[in-house]
Amino acid sequence: MALAQGAIDAGCRFYFGYPITPQNDIPEYLSAALPAAGGTFIQAESELASINMVLGAAAAGKMAMTSSSGPGISLMQEGLSYLAGSELPALVVNITRSGPGLGGISPTQGDYHQATRGGGHGDYRLIVLAPNSVQEMYDLAGEAFRLAFKYRNPAMILGDAILGQMKEPVMMHKALAPPVDAAWALCGARGRSPRLVKSLYLKDGEMTVHNWKLDDKYRQLKEQDTLIETDCPPGCRLVLVSFGSCSRIVRSAVDRARKKGLPVGLVRPITLYPFPDQAIREAAVAAGRALVIEMNTGQMVDDVRLACDGQSKIFFKGYPGGLVPTPEDLEVEIEQILRQGELQVCQR
Amino acid sequence: MSTLAEKKVFSAPNCLIQNTYHFCPGCHHGLVHRLVGEAIDHYGLAEQTIGVIGVGCGVFLYDYLAIDCCEAPHGRAPAVATGLKRANPDAFVFTYQGDGDLAAIGTSEIIHTANRRENITVIFVNNSVYGMTGGQMAPTTLPGQKTTTTPKGRKPAGDGYPIKVAELIGSLEGTAFSARVSCHDVKHIRSARKMVNRAFQAQVEGRGFALIELLSACPTNWRMTPQQSQDRLAGEMIAAFPLGVYKDF
Repeated sequence: MALAQGAIDAGCRFYFGYPITPQNDIPEYLSAALPAAGGTFIQAESELASINMVLGAAAAGKMAMTSSSGPGISLMQEGLSYLAGSELPALVVNITRSGPGLGGISPTQGDYHQATRGGGHGDYRLIVLAPNSVQEMYDLAGEAFRLAFKYRNPAMILGDAILGQMKEPVMMHKALAPPVDAAWALCGARGRSPRLVKSLYLKDGEMTVHNWKLDDKYRQLKEQDTLIETDCPPGCRLVLVSFGSCSRIVRSAVDRARKKGLPVGLVRPITLYPFPDQAIREAAVAAGRALVIEMNTGQMVDDVRLACDGQSKIFFKGYPGGLVPTPEDLEVEIEQILRQGELQVCQR
Repeated sequence: MSTLAEKKVFSAPNCLIQNTYHFCPGCHHGLVHRLVGEAIDHYGLAEQTIGVIGVGCGVFLYDYLAIDCCEAPHGRAPAVATGLKRANPDAFVFTYQGDGDLAAIGTSEIIHTANRRENITVIFVNNSVYGMTGGQMAPTTLPGQKTTTTPKGRKPAGDGYPIKVAELIGSLEGTAFSARVSCHDVKHIRSARKMVNRAFQAQVEGRGFALIELLSACPTNWRMTPQQSQDRLAGEMIAAFPLGVYKDF
């Protein structure tokens, strides 16, 4: 609901979606709230239809969104690829469930690779934001639309069932008006030459030019709009890296460890794409070791390894299939890793 | 004494771009583009029309009609058109789809878009074969028809029967207009023009979903001359796909 209201307050007036657990709160809320705000809500016949309705409204220059969970997001990959190829802005929310297949409805972070690698066919990326609180669900809805329109690229909010069910106070900002029609929007060629929204490039060399153009946007995105939360005091000897709801538990574990005098830091990527390579490398290299904690069998850890490029020891602890770490579990991990570190120092 | 003045009695539609069509000889896409252009001119819609183009030989429609256009993923044109029309209620939105696009991969989208009574117009070109990909079996391929994926002819048991789209869409409550016409001779083209206009009128008057199915030839993939193709349209195609208005407002 916070996310849905955040989208409306950001100016979104179009929602197209198909029911799937655990994200039904979003369409149920918007089915009443959007028409009340003068917007359009359609329950589509499938996620394929949903994402293509989003594509249509986006081609008209409007702020449009959909939401789903793993299996539905898989069906939307076709549309996401076309949105990216056609350079259209949109918001797609994935309140993940465990998989593969029908999986389960428990919280998981198993869709990290799908989200951050584009997911659909072709050479493209999504802008991926990972909130860890109800406040961020609200705030990042607006930020996702801002980035989607700035770069004319679809953006995804990657949440999970914990965030979907969490109850916390939210500070709401002043509602913004929907954007005025963009210079590329389709609305009929009245007093101007016709416009075309397309992703097909068949002439010699056209596709290469288009691919590099998209790549330039992703570079600019990385330079200007990478978001991260870091808390690594000087003297840290271990950095914990996690995102989303999992990072809240990691925060508790870090607080507990520090009370015991253990020198630990915390890094939380808020944009999963663009991935905050530099900040993570700096923190992990300074500490010498990083522990990546994810509610999956190890996905973001690949990006942490790439970011550190062998300059830091990387440990991983995974909680797949609906398992959720406890601060106590993590404290044990932290102590073990730090002990190993001391052992290595002694041996040397 | 009267003076002789030239009087123009026939010209291309204003919204038709004077480009050389990329279509094969005897193909009817060019003709259907023209009929769409004439309807746009007839209702004065050139400055408020958005064409949503499916995947197939019609995908370059924007090279021939001077209107706003949006490409849609294969089969999804009705969903894309839904988004565009809801976002632009005053625009005139049509989809341009072939038989593979509309009646195979896009069956779900076309039925539910009609069922929602979306106020859009669908131009459906049925030539009983996948043209752009090289002549594979389409959902509208006739029993016995040889294609590159039915080398011994389509067998209904196993390969399926030709889907009669105009009748199917005509049976839905959300549909305002559904009709089938043929492009094979002047008489039928004149009738097709009237029916295309009627499918436009449905949207202009806000009556709901309108579909016009145009039986067309694909000489290249039928392995026929243009003239043989016209004969096939007039004969076995019309016999299998009866012409008529299946729903009207």
